[in-house]
Amino acid sequence: MHSSYVIRRLLQIIPLFLAVMVVVFVLIHFIPGDPVSAILGDRATTENVARANRELGLDKPLIVQFGFFVNQVLHGNLGESINLKVPVLRLMLDRLPVTLFLDVYASVLGVVMAVPLAILAAVRRNTWVDSLIRAVFQVGLSLPGFYVALQLLTLLGARLGWFPIGGYGVTFGDHIYHMFLPALTLGLNLAAILVRTLRNSVIEVLTAEYVDFARAKGLRSRVIMTRHVLRNALIATVTLLGLNVGGLIGGAVITETVFAIPGVGKLMIDAIFGRDYPVIQGLTLVFAVLVSLVFLATDLIHARLDPRAELS
Amino acid sequence: MTTMHSPALEVAVRPRRRMPKATLLIGLVLLLVLIVAAIFPQYLARYSPTDFDYEAILQGPNAKHIFGTDNFGRDILSRIIYGTRVDMQIAIFTTLFPFIFGTLLGALTGYLGKWSDAVVGRIADLVVVFPFLVLVIAIVAVLGPGLNNMYIAVSAVGWVSYWRLTRGEVLTQKKAEYAQAGRVLGYSPSRILLRHLLPNAVSPAIVYLMTDMSLGILLGASLGYLGLGAQPPTPEWGVMVADGKNFMATAWWISTFPGLALTLAGVTFSLIGDGLADALRPRA
Amino acid sequence: MTAPHLSVRDLNVRIPTPGGVLHAVRGVNFDLMPGEVLGLVGESGSGKSVTLRSLIRLHRPPIQMTGTVEYGGQNLLAASDAKLRSVRGGQISMIFQEPMSALNPVLTVGEQIGENLREHKGLRGRAAQERAAELLDLTGIPSPRARLSDYPHQFSGGMRQRAMIAIALASEPQLLLADEPTTALDVTIQDQILRLLLRLREELHMSVILVTHDLGVVAQTCDRVAVMYGGRLVETAGVNDLFHAPKHAYTLGLLQSLPGAGEHRRPLQPIPGGPPDLRSLPPGCPFAPRCAYVTEACRTGEPPLLEVAPGRFSACIHYDELPALKSTLEEVGV
Ligand SMILES: Nc1ncnc2c1ncn2[C@@H]1O[C@H](COP(=O)(O)OP(=O)(O)OP(=O)(O)O)[C@@H](O)[C@H]1O
Ligand code: SF4
Ligand SMILES: [Mg+2]
Repeated sequence: MHSSYVIRRLLQIIPLFLAVMVVVFVLIHFIPGDPVSAILGDRATTENVARANRELGLDKPLIVQFGFFVNQVLHGNLGESINLKVPVLRLMLDRLPVTLFLDVYASVLGVVMAVPLAILAAVRRNTWVDSLIRAVFQVGLSLPGFYVALQLLTLLGARLGWFPIGGYGVTFGDHIYHMFLPALTLGLNLAAILVRTLRNSVIEVLTAEYVDFARAKGLRSRVIMTRHVLRNALIATVTLLGLNVGGLIGGAVITETVFAIPGVGKLMIDAIFGRDYPVIQGLTLVFAVLVSLVFLATDLIHARLDPRAELS
Repeated sequence: MTTMHSPALEVAVRPRRRMPKATLLIGLVLLLVLIVAAIFPQYLARYSPTDFDYEAILQGPNAKHIFGTDNFGRDILSRIIYGTRVDMQIAIFTTLFPFIFGTLLGALTGYLGKWSDAVVGRIADLVVVFPFLVLVIAIVAVLGPGLNNMYIAVSAVGWVSYWRLTRGEVLTQKKAEYAQAGRVLGYSPSRILLRHLLPNAVSPAIVYLMTDMSLGILLGASLGYLGLGAQPPTPEWGVMVADGKNFMATAWWISTFPGLALTLAGVTFSLIGDGLADALRPRA
Repeated sequence: MTAPHLSVRDLNVRIPTPGGVLHAVRGVNFDLMPGEVLGLVGESGSGKSVTLRSLIRLHRPPIQMTGTVEYGGQNLLAASDAKLRSVRGGQISMIFQEPMSALNPVLTVGEQIGENLREHKGLRGRAAQERAAELLDLTGIPSPRARLSDYPHQFSGGMRQRAMIAIALASEPQLLLADEPTTALDVTIQDQILRLLLRLREELHMSVILVTHDLGVVAQTCDRVAVMYGGRLVETAGVNDLFHAPKHAYTLGLLQSLPGAGEHRRPLQPIPGGPPDLRSLPPGCPFAPRCAYVTEACRTGEPPLLEVAPGRFSACIHYDELPALKSTLEEVGV
């Protein structure tokens, strides 16, 4: 991987971040009526509104306001939660690890389920094994996350008592145990997405001329599968995982709500019902930045794994 | 892993069976059922979807109420049938505007190329870094809950996939001979674009439209479940699942059946999508 | 007389396609003697590559292979997977027609040579690296040690071709199946590679089946020639005999379409008309629609490959009416 490629990709992200800030900034200005009244909610006395307008610089031209906003963001100030009276950044930093844990856990479960089954489906393509795997995940793809969560919670949590019905726990072991059902919910959905695409990409590899050449070399199936097929499947998996990070964050919003997990997803929903606009704004911004960073990392990892990547 | 040991590579490259047609057919039949339920719920449902019946509260599935009743005594099956209309409407309105807008834009920038393509490309890059659900609920939060605001939010975000698909296809088609031939014959660019390129380039977008409809239903139901989409007492399936969530231990049927309806609708659209993809692919 | 190194009998390959079963190889018989270089020529689509692949049972179902391929006292088409694996690559190596698609894009050239050395020579680590560099050097790749860590897409077309030859030769096979090994190369390199193959033939006592479009290459390299048409062998002969007095109207057409003396090798010039459709062959000689010597007799039944002179086989009814050619090997460009 050439360092010039890395530098180019890093530079591309700066205008992207700026554009993200524009979107998030504009978003709040779509609040019908007077944003400050909306932000202040119950405390929107005339006096308060006027003071807030001045404090937030809302009496200035839009472009000046935006400059102010960017400046604040760059100094790590994402405003203060209206309801919790805590800086948004603090709030987020407290809860982000929970969501990251959930999403990583879900990705691991998803990959563990999807990769072997996708390879099996590809190897036995167009047989009943393949049809069964595809049918199961086809249905899996159509199952709403909140519904899966609710059913798992009721069945494995409440009824059978195998898993706790909420919370996050204290130790790492706790986390693994508490978060199993939420992670499984998200992981199943991820697996459904992965199986679909991976199966086809493995078939493409299996029927590639270079696999025939490898067979002509007299390599064992096992060697061909691990060196030639799995390697390509790995590349495809990494890319797919990276592209799906947005889905995982969205999924976390729903799953955390159903399982009452104190992550940023739950925070987002709470903020929406509490009309806590600074929190909504801050979270949207951070999520977008997070996704761009994951996209960047995916590109770089992909370039590492696939020597052809830099060409395109 | 067992697959590693078998002489996997010697295993059959079996020719495709005639399955694609079957998937398409099953999908279309299911779709017909959904459409009929959406248009004529009053002939299929035995009860009102919204009237309370305190005589029949929280009844399990029985002869009078096949899927049971909820805590207001409403018949679950009837509500599911009436809900079809709401959820089909969601499927259509969450995809129609993104489809039209994204496809036209894709054809246009794919054909014109240069800066128009680059500008839209940058905008698309920007849109996709916002997690879809997060951006939609953020917009809904700002505009206020409800289906109409959800449609606005989805339209602002959903066009990107259609734009990408159509643009890519137009770029390929542009190189194809008939576009060249058209240019030689002196057809105007708009004629080449609308008469020749677009009809050919739109098929991936149509296939994706089906997948997107099932995603749209899921999204609408998710927002409904969260309380940001359709509002009670509207018999929307996601809302119905949410209605029953506190009764899961005692009255599982309230949530379970609407959830199955959702899954069935999702499967319907993805079956049609897969079937179309197979049918439109040049060679098996 | 020694026993043949490889003996092919009644080889048939059928490929199911959406438009019907494509009978790509139809009853091919031939023997290959130890140390012999056999040229397999014929126009595009005549079934050369399909034949070559089936010699080591490379086709996968639903493609169907029948007949026998005798090698080392075994029928490879019926051998166990383990046996087949030790023959493939170890004793019989194959050079594929398309180096770009035959090399795995995500493995370095060094790794792809190394796989072979490890499997068949038990070499790994440093020793394998050394040997791999030697092999690249042998095929004329400059600064071979450095190129080992390159990926296929970093090689030029000609170098990929040579890398593939290096891979095939890594296990020092007894039989080399070479599918157009020099097509992508310019003339100087082509000469080098062919010379290399001939030298290895001597050193390793290797036999070679060389598929080519280029009759010049045949004249320069081969001991014997098999001409393929429509999935069949239509003529086999020693290289001198074939060039002087072809015994099949198709071979004659091929030779007559060669450029005259003085000019250097050119690929086969097309004979007017197209190859037959292997999905639905008409009865009779498959060359009949394009043949200048065709008579009614040619259309009634497909002429079998018969020994028409000592060591010469032809599937042409009118083989003895064909004119001798004045062309010599020199004229073809040796
Ligand atoms: N995997 C396949 N599927 C379908 N048809 C095939 C396949 N492989 C080969 N064929 C067909 O079999 C016939 C013989 O092909 P083959 O590749 O052996 O030709 P060839 O003599 O090697 O030609 P060329 O000189 O172009 O390499 C052709 O009609 C080809 O289209
Ligand atoms: S058999 Fe007849 S048709 Fe066939 S090549 Fe000979 S002369 Fe021509
Ligand atoms: Mg070939």
